[in-house]
Amino acid sequence: MQLVLEKRAERSSAIALISPLIAIGLTLATMSILFAMLGKNPISALGVYFIAPFVDSYSLQEIAVKATPLVMIAIGLSLCYLANAWNIGAEGQFLIGAVAGSWLAVKTQGTDAGPWVFPAMLLLGAVGGALYGLIPAICKVRFGASEILTSLMLVYVADLLLDYLVRGPWRDPKGFNFPTTAEFDPVATVPVLIEGGRLHLGGVIALVVVAAGAVLLARTIKGFEIRVVGAAPRAARFGGFNSNQLILLAFAISGALAGMAGIIEVAGPVGHLQPGISPGYGFTAIIVAFLGRLNPIGILFAGLFLALTFIGGEQAQITMKIPLDVTKVFQGILLFFVLACDSLILYRFKLVFASPKVSRGAH
Amino acid sequence: MGLIEAIILAVLAASTPLLLAATGELVTERAGVLNLGVEGMMIVGAACGFGGAWLSGSVIIGALCGIGAGVLMSLIFALMTLGLAVNQVATGLALTILGIGLSGLIGSRFVGEKISLAPHLHIPGLTDIPLVGRILFGEDAFVYLSLALVIGVWFFLYRTRTGLILRAAGDNHTSAHALGYPVLRIRMFAVMFGGACAGLAGAYLPLAYTPFFIPGMTAGRGWIALALVVFASWLPGRLVIGAYLFGAVTILQLHAQGWGVGVPSQLMSALPYLATIIVLVLISRARTGGSTAPAALGTVFVPDR
Repeated sequence: MQLVLEKRAERSSAIALISPLIAIGLTLATMSILFAMLGKNPISALGVYFIAPFVDSYSLQEIAVKATPLVMIAIGLSLCYLANAWNIGAEGQFLIGAVAGSWLAVKTQGTDAGPWVFPAMLLLGAVGGALYGLIPAICKVRFGASEILTSLMLVYVADLLLDYLVRGPWRDPKGFNFPTTAEFDPVATVPVLIEGGRLHLGGVIALVVVAAGAVLLARTIKGFEIRVVGAAPRAARFGGFNSNQLILLAFAISGALAGMAGIIEVAGPVGHLQPGISPGYGFTAIIVAFLGRLNPIGILFAGLFLALTFIGGEQAQITMKIPLDVTKVFQGILLFFVLACDSLILYRFKLVFASPKVSRGAH
Repeated sequence: MGLIEAIILAVLAASTPLLLAATGELVTERAGVLNLGVEGMMIVGAACGFGGAWLSGSVIIGALCGIGAGVLMSLIFALMTLGLAVNQVATGLALTILGIGLSGLIGSRFVGEKISLAPHLHIPGLTDIPLVGRILFGEDAFVYLSLALVIGVWFFLYRTRTGLILRAAGDNHTSAHALGYPVLRIRMFAVMFGGACAGLAGAYLPLAYTPFFIPGMTAGRGWIALALVVFASWLPGRLVIGAYLFGAVTILQLHAQGWGVGVPSQLMSALPYLATIIVLVLISRARTGGSTAPAALGTVFVPDR
């Protein structure tokens, strides 16, 4: 028995639409088996993961809060991946954005700085993330170094820089030696949308980013150039597109969005700078980008879905003692199924029994 | 034991997992497959290797568990990229994400446990020679194995017919297929070899480096191994130099922290990662006249019958 791939005459748009749903279905089936192996009831485990978070308003708001960084980062990553530039260091750009914005919050602490502080922090976060994202891009276009490896290495460097700052110069003198800055002043925090709730302005910013991404890709020349450079590099060359410039642009936008997501996370849900501000948003966003099929609207839904797995994972740990790592396993399996189902768009899978004997040529 | 001797011993130990993982990845890439999941295969290898050794009390069984886990992980990768023609970069990332989750799940019950490390060779007389005795005749078995593996891989790639066919599959899969060679099968075995090496490299950490398992203990070594293959220009001999250089950087930063050099410890910890970036830039820059990478590296192959 042999698995044979047959190229479709044209890409199947019906499967393109439903492939993410097939992937989610297959992932849920696999997870049920995993839950059973862990000795948990699969039905109630899936219920805690995917239904319980919808019951109360706190969890509903929390889904939006967790989806905010995922969607913002994934929109940027999708630009890179469409241009065939592999930025996998969004986690580092997220952390540097958080650091760059926090600098202002720390410096203005206790002064009577006005409401300009938070917008300025957003700007600093975006600039910091963009500059950090440009490092691997410049190494690639200028020296030909693999952007995959350099962007990933920079994640570890960013993590250590943040660690140094909150243990050294920026540590809260009244923080009992914990590695954290002092709580940010009210002018340095993200405004909350509903009084006393969790939902904050970041969610609105994420929606604006989705709309901007959709317009950029569908309605502008730059968006068109990005897609052509990735899908048909030769055509892009004949068209006279500057592919190096487009790679730099994609990395800069991607870094800026990740950096902005970083400062929003620190100035919003967390409230101060400390190690461990991200449960791997930068990496989960890669899954979000693919599950959303590199399409801004798709990414919005994919971001909400993966945010759900974070909330569900926390609840499953509390109520059913299911380890948090199950969430990571879930996310990894989901990405596998998403990629496998995407293959169905281009190929038809055929199982061939009793393969015909092919005579070998040169031996 | 002198300080220099101690440092050299530490460098060899720190380099061995890098060398093992990079050797496997080199064979995989020479067959034309870019498996970015080394980190994921290593961390699962570390969890299974420790688990095997802790449950059985045998380092050898631990190492075999690590190898088996690495091979199983690499088979998922092979099924996706070779069987279903999925993009190799994305699949490699998925393998790493899955591996980090799986290792946490498998390893959680072993956190806090301790095992006795793999024994070091001791030949009376030889091992006691001052200065060089411990370095040449007093290592653990993995150190010797990793060097033997590099020699074996070199011999296989450049002195055997199968090695030639493997390199052909990596340089031009269409021609290799036209000549009647089973490109996908060759690539599958190359991917499995890479998985076995990465699993063993991961298992080395809890079996011979630190006697316990902690989640995330590979700390990016899989990614550094990937960079080493580029550094070595896909040549096995240069891999040894690269791995020992990186091991030296790792140990240097540890010792510098111990000596209390007036530099933040985080900067020292960042050295291996910064060194990787700088080396990648320098190596890629030096190679202006065409790349030495296997020509078909990372491209999907679907045979037309």
